[in-house]
Amino acid sequence: MATTSTSTGDIKKTKSVEVKKKLNVLIVDDDTVIRKLHENIIKSIGGISQTAKNGEEAVNIHRDGNASFDLILMDKEMPERDGLSKLREMKVTSMIIGVTTLADNEEERKAFMEAGLNHCLAKPLSKAKILPLINNLMDA
Amino acid sequence: MDAHVAQLQMQYRNYILSLYQQGFLDDQFTELKSLQDDGSPDFVAEVLSLFFDDCVKLVGNMARALDQTGTVDFSQVGANVHQLKGSSSSVGAKRVKGLCINFKELCEAKNYEGCVRCLQQVDIEYKTLKAKLQDMFNLEKQIVQAGGIVPQVDIN
Repeated sequence: MATTSTSTGDIKKTKSVEVKKKLNVLIVDDDTVIRKLHENIIKSIGGISQTAKNGEEAVNIHRDGNASFDLILMDKEMPERDGLSKLREMKVTSMIIGVTTLADNEEERKAFMEAGLNHCLAKPLSKAKILPLINNLMDA
Repeated sequence: MDAHVAQLQMQYRNYILSLYQQGFLDDQFTELKSLQDDGSPDFVAEVLSLFFDDCVKLVGNMARALDQTGTVDFSQVGANVHQLKGSSSSVGAKRVKGLCINFKELCEAKNYEGCVRCLQQVDIEYKTLKAKLQDMFNLEKQIVQAGGIVPQVDIN
């Protein structure tokens, strides 16, 4: 889309909308739009991130890379191989938050938690949804 | 304040409000706007560009899947609809998302004519949204070129 950079007025970012420590996040989603959105949400709350298109790539990043992630944001509805179980097999200690359209379904939620998620959030993700959860999880 | 800038800003506010009131956009678009700042000045345009690229790809996939002679693979169509529903939901494209919800049900029911009609509607709807958002960006550009600031629009 054709556009130019614009000034967006008097938006000031304050510490109250950022996480209490700088997070390193792995974002796992098969959709480019959602990866971009989640990247920016993490950036807006003071974190840094890497992305993976699927569970397999997430597992490879963990296996091959030097980065240690505080948090993994994982789409729970990717069609390809679910990397969650593999990540848990690798004894990945990062907190894993599942992002799903089924977060309100109690049975599905329970199944996700039993599969190894620390928490579930409903799509679409927003700062308001993720920030309190991350701060609570970091405090725990 | 320059009267011309003020007029453009008013025009912009009214235009944005109309997009929400007419159901083209929802709160998630507000979230996108809130993520745009000096560090990511083109974030909204970038993510929308990815979204519309997604639309072209997924609508094409669905059209090909529905165009198969013999048995249509409705699960393949449904998988593409699911993906489009996810990305439209993430950018606040309310009408597109709504159509995807219906479309998914039609796929599950293996309703071929319904799916074809719904795909046509999705095609029209995302292109309409794209044109409207381009008008929005053009207004932003005019405001900045006239020396003004693009206003925050309170949609509540």
